[in-house]
Amino acid sequence: MPDPLIVGRPSNRELTEQLLGIVRPWGASGKAALAACALGTLWLGFAVTLTVATGIGLWGNNIPAAWAFAIINFVWWIGIGHAGTFISAILLLLEQSWRTSINRIVEAMTLFAVMQAALFPLLHLGRPWFFYWLIPYPATMGVWPNFKSALPWDAAAVFTYFTISLLFWYLGLLPELAAMRDYVGGRWRPRIYGVLALGWRGSAHDHRHYRLAYGLLAGLATPLVVSVHSVVSSDFAIGIVPGWHATIFPPYFVAGAIYSGFAMVANLLVPIRRVFGLHNVITPRHFDLVAKMLLVTGWIVIYSYATEWFFAWFSGEPYEFYQSFVARPSATGAVVFWMSIVCNVLVLQMFWSRRARRNPYALWIGSFFIQIGMWSERFVIVVQSLERDFLPSAWRGYAPTWVDLSILGGTVTFFLLLFLVFLRWMPFIPMSELKELVAKLNRAERKA
Amino acid sequence: MMRTGCVAEFASEEALLEAARAMRARDYTRLEAYTPYPVEGLEQVLALKRSWLNWLVFPVAMSGAGLGYLIQCYVNAINYPLNVGGRPPHSWPAFIPITFETSVLLGGVSAFVLFFLLARLPRLWQPIFDLPGFSSASDNGFWLGIDGRDPRFHPERTPILLANLGAARVDRIGPREESP
Repeated sequence: MPDPLIVGRPSNRELTEQLLGIVRPWGASGKAALAACALGTLWLGFAVTLTVATGIGLWGNNIPAAWAFAIINFVWWIGIGHAGTFISAILLLLEQSWRTSINRIVEAMTLFAVMQAALFPLLHLGRPWFFYWLIPYPATMGVWPNFKSALPWDAAAVFTYFTISLLFWYLGLLPELAAMRDYVGGRWRPRIYGVLALGWRGSAHDHRHYRLAYGLLAGLATPLVVSVHSVVSSDFAIGIVPGWHATIFPPYFVAGAIYSGFAMVANLLVPIRRVFGLHNVITPRHFDLVAKMLLVTGWIVIYSYATEWFFAWFSGEPYEFYQSFVARPSATGAVVFWMSIVCNVLVLQMFWSRRARRNPYALWIGSFFIQIGMWSERFVIVVQSLERDFLPSAWRGYAPTWVDLSILGGTVTFFLLLFLVFLRWMPFIPMSELKELVAKLNRAERKA
Repeated sequence: MMRTGCVAEFASEEALLEAARAMRARDYTRLEAYTPYPVEGLEQVLALKRSWLNWLVFPVAMSGAGLGYLIQCYVNAINYPLNVGGRPPHSWPAFIPITFETSVLLGGVSAFVLFFLLARLPRLWQPIFDLPGFSSASDNGFWLGIDGRDPRFHPERTPILLANLGAARVDRIGPREESP
């Protein structure tokens, strides 16, 4: 008998009191966390301003390693977003009820992660104020974007992904915002939530349009889960650089994205459950299922590693062979390669144990290492491939500067800041969906 | 949207469904319900038509695909033919990713916008919000509304009927009519 998704059968009133009651002013430690993240975000602003004002010569990028941190971080962040869409869209269509208590949190995670991701290619343009050159408009220069390149595909994919994620998240939030409007007291708060709720009143006439619109958005977001990172991987796979030119890349990247995303989900859920006392709606069953998703996607990643190595050998290309079997495991930066192997391949195996899957500490620590491992993997793909491509005379090492590290660290704090603001002011557990789930469970019990 | 009429609050979804069935049996047609979550089976009881939102989203998504493809084709194959890797200027496989993205983008945005149009939102104030205690509709109250435009609606008899069906409370919505 599996564990319940909801402990007990709380009444509608109890759920309202619990789930809207947690949106309240924070104590000293919560404020300190907000302040720390705000400071980190200011530092990010400083580093970004400096980069824009001076140029990306401030970064460690060089020729041949022209992509480096900007693209590593872009791929890492956008990958993290994928688990959110997977949970909220694919699991909705598959009628997996375990998504119910956590879907709004992970949708917010997607949104905020994609915001961090979008920052990097924008800055990497060098002259970010010309970003609109990506849009096909009849310019006086008489030239158009090259749509046969994967980079404009990427811009279109990320923009679409962000827009659809935002609309999906907001549409889902609507009933909760209305509940907040009806719940909170005071003069201004009901008005603010009231404006955000746009006059939602939960009428049966609206529900029928609402459910269809929500389902359609889920259906439209579903192919995005696989398409966005496939397009991102095309940025690499279309190039001829050894270590990039492989047809395994799209599924490999999608699995890696969902893998790192579920690691982030675990890293966020464990503290949220504890701090807000959500033990009755986020149960060991949820942890168990998240850890199983880590196992599934992690093993697809491991299989992709094996495929990559096999093709490096089977292709008979000396450059591919050298890249996979000499440069990555033994040249400069081999530490990062081995870190990705240890974190992504070895640490993952702890989740074969049922106890580890259900233990919040084990899940949190394992997921944290997986996040580091997935970042390292992208470092290996981006930097190590570029450092040593074809002619040894063109090889050059790469090292990040303090500006690179500031921007990476700054996006982590900016992400956390957005997330904390969301937790502080928004009803982050989908209450109406939980009430629906409880009603469904009650009906099933009566029938039995 | 209900401007006049009366609403009754019920304690559970079963009571609401029961009352809605009883009202339908008495030939009331303009019924509305306000619930904290979508109640299963309610749409059938109220005899609401299925939403036709999807019939608009699909053509919009398809026109998004067409638009995306035509723009790329015009730009890279007709107006400024681009030779990439010796492929013909109109090498369609390269245009597929963006064609897909524009169809999803336009389809998704249209689903979002159409929902608001069909639900006649945003509308921050509605007559029913003036009813004290209506806020339970987002908490634990299940409300059944009878629109004043319903031909069977009677300002005195309908509230009594609702009370007899087990409503916890019955209230009038909108301005009171002068009694003759």
